[in-house]
Amino acid sequence: MTYARPTFRNPDLPLNKIGRARKEYEGAISTLCAGCGHDSISGAIIQACYEMAIEPHRLAKLSGIGCSSKTPTYFLGQSHGFNSVHGRMPSVATGAAMANRDLIYLGVSGDGDTASIGMGQFVHAIRRNLNILYIVMNNGCYGLTKGQDSATADAGSINKSGAENQFQGIDLCGLGLELGATFVARSFSGDKQQLIPLIKAGLTHPGFALIDVVSPCVTFNNNAGSTKSYDYTREHMEATAAIDLVPYREEILHQQDKGTIKYIPLHDESIIAVNKLAADWDPLDKSSAMRKLAQARNEHEILTGLIYVDTQSKDLHTLLNTSDTPLNQLSQTVLMPSAEILGKINKLYQ
Amino acid sequence: MSQPVLINDLVVRFATVNGTGSASANNMFAKAVYRMGIPVTPKNIFPSNIQGLPTWYEVRINEKGYLGRRDGIDIMVAVNAQSLKKDIESVRSGGYLIYDSTKTLGEDFIREDLHYIGIPMMSLCMQHYNDPRQHLLMKNMIYVGALCALLGMEKEVFEQLVQEQFAKKEKLIPGNIQALHLGMNYAESNFECPLPYRLERRNLNQNKILTDGNNACGLGAVFAGATVGSWYPITPSTSLMNAFEKWCTKYRIDASTGRKNFAMIQAEDELAAMGMVLGASWNGARAFTSTSGPGLSLMSEFLGLSYFAEIPAVLFDVQRSGPSTGMPTRTQQSDVLSAAYASHGDTKHILLFPSTPNECFDMTLTAFDLAEFFQTAVIVLTDLDLGMNDHLTDAFTLRDNYQYNRGKVMTAKDLDDAKVWGRYLDIDGDGIPYRTIPGTHPSKGSFFTRGSSHDPMAAYTEDGDVYADGMRRLEKKWETIRSRVPGPEIVRFDPSHNEAIIYFGTSSYAAVEAMDILQNQGIALNALRIKSFPFTEEIIEFIHAHDTIYLVEQNRDAQMRSLLMIENAIPPSKIKKVLQFNGMPITAQFISDEIQKIMQQAPIHHS
Repeated sequence: MTYARPTFRNPDLPLNKIGRARKEYEGAISTLCAGCGHDSISGAIIQACYEMAIEPHRLAKLSGIGCSSKTPTYFLGQSHGFNSVHGRMPSVATGAAMANRDLIYLGVSGDGDTASIGMGQFVHAIRRNLNILYIVMNNGCYGLTKGQDSATADAGSINKSGAENQFQGIDLCGLGLELGATFVARSFSGDKQQLIPLIKAGLTHPGFALIDVVSPCVTFNNNAGSTKSYDYTREHMEATAAIDLVPYREEILHQQDKGTIKYIPLHDESIIAVNKLAADWDPLDKSSAMRKLAQARNEHEILTGLIYVDTQSKDLHTLLNTSDTPLNQLSQTVLMPSAEILGKINKLYQ
Repeated sequence: MSQPVLINDLVVRFATVNGTGSASANNMFAKAVYRMGIPVTPKNIFPSNIQGLPTWYEVRINEKGYLGRRDGIDIMVAVNAQSLKKDIESVRSGGYLIYDSTKTLGEDFIREDLHYIGIPMMSLCMQHYNDPRQHLLMKNMIYVGALCALLGMEKEVFEQLVQEQFAKKEKLIPGNIQALHLGMNYAESNFECPLPYRLERRNLNQNKILTDGNNACGLGAVFAGATVGSWYPITPSTSLMNAFEKWCTKYRIDASTGRKNFAMIQAEDELAAMGMVLGASWNGARAFTSTSGPGLSLMSEFLGLSYFAEIPAVLFDVQRSGPSTGMPTRTQQSDVLSAAYASHGDTKHILLFPSTPNECFDMTLTAFDLAEFFQTAVIVLTDLDLGMNDHLTDAFTLRDNYQYNRGKVMTAKDLDDAKVWGRYLDIDGDGIPYRTIPGTHPSKGSFFTRGSSHDPMAAYTEDGDVYADGMRRLEKKWETIRSRVPGPEIVRFDPSHNEAIIYFGTSSYAAVEAMDILQNQGIALNALRIKSFPFTEEIIEFIHAHDTIYLVEQNRDAQMRSLLMIENAIPPSKIKKVLQFNGMPITAQFISDEIQKIMQQAPIHHS
C-alpha cells in the first residue's frame, strides 16, 4: 500500500455548495491492507459528505475497536472523532446524541464489534431509534487478530486456513428489521455507485439507519470458498433497486412515481428516488422487505440496496420529548433551580 | 419490674411484612419524633424481595444526637407472625413487646423478662372497617396510635402528619385518624401510659431535615446541571435515579414548550450506562450514572477510557454487601479499592466519601466540578445505609454565588486566538490539558478521541517514550487533583494524644459516639474523617502525628487501610483494623469494643 499521497488536486474539481473541496473531507492515509474493502467505504463516505455539503464540524464520527473502527481516522479529518472501546460505540453515540441533537452522527463498526461483543448495545440502539447512520464494515472475520471467523460468517464458508465455519451467520439486516430498525440497507464495498446514495440517505434519515456493507478482507477472507470474498460477492449480489438521494430543492420536487421509479420523501425535504429492480418488494412495506431478504438468503444471493425505510420514523429525542435546544447548550441559569426553591424543598423534609 | 424512667433514649423496632403498607406508617412514627424536636435515625432492614418476606424498621431516638445504629431493642412492635419468635428473642431484657393480641400468644412466645403489650389490632380493624384491604392498612395506623400513647408523644403531631400524607387523597384522612385514635385509646385504657421509656419535646432539630442520601444525590445532580442521566436498575442505587427524574420533572421542564431539559435513559446494562455518560460528557453535557458493586465491575473498562482519554464522568456507587451478588439489601463499604483503581492498566480515580445526605447534595455539586475541571471520572461512594435510609441532616444549602466550574474548555474565540492547540498539551504545567467540544469551530479544534496511546496533539502513537510522557503527565495531573479535592474533617486534634481514630462515610455516626464511650473509660482519641481520594497532605500529616491509628471500615479486607499503605507508604503496623462487615450499619459499641480489644492485645501507652 502506498503511504505517500500526492497533495496535488485538480484545481478544476468543483467545490461543493458550501465552498469546500473534496479533499477537505479526506482524512489521514489509511494503514489498512492494500485492497481492503474498508478503504473503499471510507472513500464512499468522503464522496457522500462532500456531495451533501456537510459542514465537517457538524458531524461526529464514532467507532468501536477493530479494523473497521480504525477507518474514521481515514475520512473527515476535520470532524470530531471518537474511537471508543470494543463493541460499545452505540452507547457512546447515544450519550453524545443526547448531549447535542444538532450534530450528525456517523457510527462505524465491524462484524465482530457489532455482531459479537457489541450485539447488546447494537440491538438497543436500534430499539431506541437513535438518530445515527450505523455502517457495519462486514468481512466475516477478525482481521486484527489474524482472521478468526466472526459471527456474520456464513455457515459453510471456508476461511483462509481451509476450515469450514460450522455456525450460523447472523444476518444483521434481518436482525435490524426484526428489531424495528427504521432504515435498513446492505451494500458492497466494491459498488460505490450503490453505496454513496445509500450513505446519503442514511445520513438524512431521522433515526437508526443501518447499512451492512460486505467489505472483503483481502488478507484473511478473500479465498476460494469464502462467502465474503470479492469474487463471491460480485457473483451473488442481487440489488433491490438503484437509488439516488435527491435534494428537495432540485427539479424532482413534485415528482409522481412513474414506471419503475418510486419517490420516497424524507423528513428534511429530500427524496429517495428508487428505481425498482426487485419484484414483490416495496421499501416502505416491512413484510415485503423481510420476505425479500429471506428469499434471497434461501437462494444464496446477497440482497443489496435499500431494503426498508420507515418514513414516519421518530428518533430518540422525539420519543423522550427533549428540548430543541441541545442539552449541552443550556446555561446554569436554565439548569439550576434557585436557592429559594432549595429552601422550599427543605421544608418537605421537616 | 419497676424501671427507671428513660427519656428520649430508646430503640424501637417494627417487625412487619414487606408490601403491606407498613413502611409509610413506620416513617410517620420517625417523622413524629423528628417533629417533636428529638434527634432520630430510622433504618430499613429489608429482604431482596417484593412482597411477603419479613422486613424491619428500626428507629433510634437519642437526644444526645447519636445517630448511628445501636444494638439492643427496647420496644418491639411485632406484627409479623413469620418472624415473631425471633423478634421476641431479639428484645433486650426488660424491654417491651407490642403485638397483635387478636390471637392469644402461645406459651412458646412468652419471655419472663419482657413486658407484653397486647393490642387487638386485627379485631379493632374488623370492628371499625368494612373493606378487607383497609384491615391491613389500618392495622399499621393502630400500632402507631398505640405507640403515641405508650411513649407519651403528642397526638397532634400525628394528626398533622396524617393530614399531610393524605393531602391529595382527602377522603382517606378520617379513617386514618380514627385508626390512630383506636390505637391510642386502647393503649391508654388498658396500660399505664406512658411507659418508663418516653419522649419529651425538645428543640434539637433546628435547620435539620430528615431525608436519604439517594434523594440528596439525585437532587444535587439537578442543581449541578446534569442533563444526561443513564442507568441500569440495581439495588440500592435505583432510588437515586428516581429522585433525579422526580426533581427534573419538577424543575427541568421548559415552561413554554413542555419539553424536557434533560434526558434520562434506562440502559441495557451498566456498560452502556457508563458509555452514555462518556459520550454525553465528551459532547459537553454534564452526565452521570448510578450503580452498586456489580455495576462498578461492569463499568471498569469505560472508567479506564475516562481516565486515559480524559473524559469527565460522574458515577455514584451506592455500595452494598459484596462480593458478587452478595447481600444486595445490606450495606457495606467494600468497593473502595475496586473504585479507586477500576480498570486495567495504571488507572486511578477521584473518590468522594459523603457521610450525610447534606454532604451527598454538596459533594454531588463538587463531583461534577471536579470531573469537568480534571476531565476524569469522579466516583461518589455512598452506601445502602446512607442512600436508602432517612438521616437527620443539616438542611441543603447552596454555596454563595456558586458557579459551575466547567474547566478548561476552548471556545471558538479561544481557538481563533490560540497559537497552538493540542488536546493533550500541558500548557499550564498542572497536567490539565484544554479540551474542545465537538461542533465548536468550523475548522479548528477537532481531534480524535481514543483509548489507544496518543501524543499531545491527540494523534495515535506507538512511540513508547511519547506514551510514557503522556502517562507521566496524567501522574502530574493526579498531583494537582490531590491539592484540589475536599480535605478531611479533622474532628479532634489534641497534640498530647498519640492515638487516633480515622473513619469515613456512614461509619461517622457510630465513630463519634464510640469516641465518647471510650472517653468515659479514660481513653482519649484524636479523630479524622476522610472525605476524598487521593489523600491530601493533611491526612498523611495527621497519620504521621500519631503512634497508632484505628481505622474504622465496613468491609472485611480493610480496603481504605490498603489504599493508605499503597499510596502513602504508611507502615502496616501503624494502622489497626476496626472492621464490621455483616451488612448492618456499624455500631458505636462495636467500635469501642474492638478498639479496646486491640489495646489489650498490644498495650500501648495512651494519654
